[in-house]
This record gives sequence, C-alpha cells and structure tokens, in this order.
Amino acid sequence: MEELNIQNQRDTMNSSSKLVLYNFSHSSCSWRVRFALKLKGLDYEYKAVNLVKGEQFSREFEQVNPLHYVPVLVDGDVVVSDSLAILLYLEEKYPQRALLPDDHQRKALNLQVASIVCSSIQPLHMVTLAKHIEEKVGPEEGILWALSIIEKGFYALEKLLKDFATRFATGEELYMADMFLAPEIDTVAKRYNIDMSAYPILNRVYEAYKTVPEFLAASPEAQPDAAFFTPPA
Amino acid sequence: MAESGESKLKLYSYWRSSCSQRVRIALNLKGLDYEYIPVNLLKGEQKNPDFLKLNPLGYVPALVDGEIVIADSFAILMYLEEKYPQHPLLPSDLQKKALNHQASNVVCSNIQPLQNIAVLNYIKEKVGPDEVIPWVQSHINKGFAALEKLLKDCAGKYATGDEVSMADLFIEPQILGAITRFNIDMTQFPLLSRLHEAYSELPAFQNAMPENQPDAPPSSVTS
Repeated sequence: MEELNIQNQRDTMNSSSKLVLYNFSHSSCSWRVRFALKLKGLDYEYKAVNLVKGEQFSREFEQVNPLHYVPVLVDGDVVVSDSLAILLYLEEKYPQRALLPDDHQRKALNLQVASIVCSSIQPLHMVTLAKHIEEKVGPEEGILWALSIIEKGFYALEKLLKDFATRFATGEELYMADMFLAPEIDTVAKRYNIDMSAYPILNRVYEAYKTVPEFLAASPEAQPDAAFFTPPA
Repeated sequence: MAESGESKLKLYSYWRSSCSQRVRIALNLKGLDYEYIPVNLLKGEQKNPDFLKLNPLGYVPALVDGEIVIADSFAILMYLEEKYPQHPLLPSDLQKKALNHQASNVVCSNIQPLQNIAVLNYIKEKVGPDEVIPWVQSHINKGFAALEKLLKDCAGKYATGDEVSMADLFIEPQILGAITRFNIDMTQFPLLSRLHEAYSELPAFQNAMPENQPDAPPSSVTS
C-alpha cells in the first residue's frame, strides 16, 4: 500500500500531465474515474477535496464545480463533472484501452449497468440521504434503508449479468460496467458488511477486481489523502 | 406511429413514465417509426413473464430493434444516437457533450430516483403519508436549483444551446412531472420555466407527452 501511495504521489508531481482530477479518496464516484485513468495510462494531478471537512463548499472549489460535488476532471480548457460524464469524455478523447465494447448490445449493457449503479443504487444510499432518513425515522433506519437499496440493486444486477460467465462483468476485459461495479461493491461490502455470497456473479467479479493492479492503485487507501479520512462511526 | 409489421423498432412504454417519455421524444426527433407496446405499471404488467423474458429487470422503457433489446433510457438514447445519427442529440464539441451528460444525470441520478414508486411507498410507510410530497418537493427543488446553476451560462434557446440536445430530453419530462404531480412552484426556476415553454412549441415533444400516448386513460386528456 505504501508503494502505491508513493507512485500516486509521483503521478501528481508529473508536471507535464495536463489532466487534473479533483476528487476524494473515499468517494466511490471518484474511484470510478481513478480506475479508468489508470487503465488508460493517463497521468493526472491529484487535487484532494475533503468531503468530510466540507471542502466541496469552499470558494476555490465552487469555481471548479458550482454544484459542489466530486469528481471533477480538468483537461486544459475543458471541465467535466459527474463520473459518468467524465468517463464518456475520457472514452472519446483518449480511446486507448477502450471501455466500451464495439457491439451495440454489449455496449448498451455496459451503459445500463453504469446507469443502475449511478442512478438506482449509489445516490439512494449515499451518506447525506441515509442521514436524512435517520433524522426523519430513527437511528437504525439509515442503515436498514441503505441495505434494502443495495439488496434490490444487487439482485437486479445479478439478473442482468446472468448470461456472462466471464472474468469480468461483460467479458474477459474490463469495461465501463466494471468501472461502476468495482468501487460500488467494495465500498458497500465493507461499509455495511454485506454477505457477498448472496450475489454469486457480483462476488465472482469482485474477486477478479481484487487481482487488478489498476483497481488497487485507484482504491481509497492508496490515495494521497487517504490518511485524512476517518470512517463513520 | 407505424403500422406494425413494417417498423422494426418496438418501444415498451408506460404513458406516464418520465423515462419512457425521454425515449419517445428522441424517436420523434429522429423521425423513427416505432410500434408502441404499453406496459401498465400500476397493474403490474412489467412482471408479465413474456416481458421479463425480454427484459429481466422488468423496467420501462425497453427498446427492441431486431435482435437487439435495450432497457434503461440512457442506454437506449446512446444506442439510438449511434445507430440512427440523423438529428444528432449530442453536440460534437466535447465540453458541450459532457455538459449534456452532466445535466441528464442531475435528473436521472439526483432527482428521478428519489421519486420512484418504491421510494415514495417507503417514505409513506416509515415517515408518514403527509411526508411524501414534502420529501419529493425538497429533492426536486434541490435538483432544479442545481440545473439552473449548471445551465445558466450555456443555455440558448434550449438547455445547452440553440439546438435541442440530450439534456432537454431528460429535463422536460422531469419538469412536467414536477408540475402535474408534485405541485412545484416553477417561478423559482426562470431558466427551466423558459425551456418548458420552448418545448411546448415542438411537435416532437408534444407528441411524446403522456396524455398523447395510446395507453393514456381518457380522463387524462386535457383540452
């Protein structure tokens, strides 16, 4: 892990890299983009925005993204927010190590998986919403809410991916679906202590992700600002 | 709409589904004939075994184009954009293209999922029936405020310029739902209000409106 931290810091010191990523170590949305950048072999400057300390509301970051969320990619004059928008931008601008298959059906499937994670699952269990539920209903309810969202979403993904017995979600190579699945599975499995054996397909691909160097190098613990994050109680 | 047997495109849709409306607008803009196959969500027709065989998640909209079956409005729109490039929905400029994706995602990640039936039932049951509308309103208001900020420097006649683009297809159904179902005060959102007016002049948008669909109940038709 220390080696990865050092390599990540070297990446950030590479003055010829024009890409800048505003992000937070423990944001799963940021992890999606870091994963893709590493797969595509793209150096970038790491700009940490500590969400726990509320740095997304700073005047400096407001200039970058008036909607106050990470990740944000800056590529010269182009500024892109939202992980899906960033990934699609990277896919078009830097087509090496393509993240979308050529055939229409599998390409659509990858976008559908991405959409399920970033619309039906992650936004519904994110910390701010879970806290909101807790305030309205009661202290345990935030967790129960999150678990029900995750269960529903994971069962849907199991159904959607049932015809693939491949190394990763939609093939032997990593594609867009995996950029969304990998950080989501790892983040919720750890935070909510999910028994992944209930989801054999997701479990299978999760085990495969753990063997991918770029996934590990992009993981929260390997980021320069990892030490500033305290897990929620 | 085409005579069945000639059109190869089929759209499984529910008249009031805002996700289905997005796709209907796109098909209209691109001049694509399609067979409209209604799926009554309130009657649970999405759980019909034939539909599930086609689309295991039972979601609408679902598009069938020959051998290809695609569910999820975003995935369908990206497919249509690639397969039928007439009347492009995405600008070729990468910054503007990204902006379209970002605005679309404000709707389909930050607003629409918070108001789907399962979530509303949860709020109704766990917090109380009186809490449902305030819950939805707070999320819509937050999301609409975000869109106002995001688009204020780049909107033209439409959301991201003077041509209709993908963001508009997400925005209009959300505005419509906000007004008709959740009593949102649109005077807080001058840009979105102006866009809503602009969309009302476009046949492609009007023909995609919920009340103009074959499965809309007669009582929903407004004069």
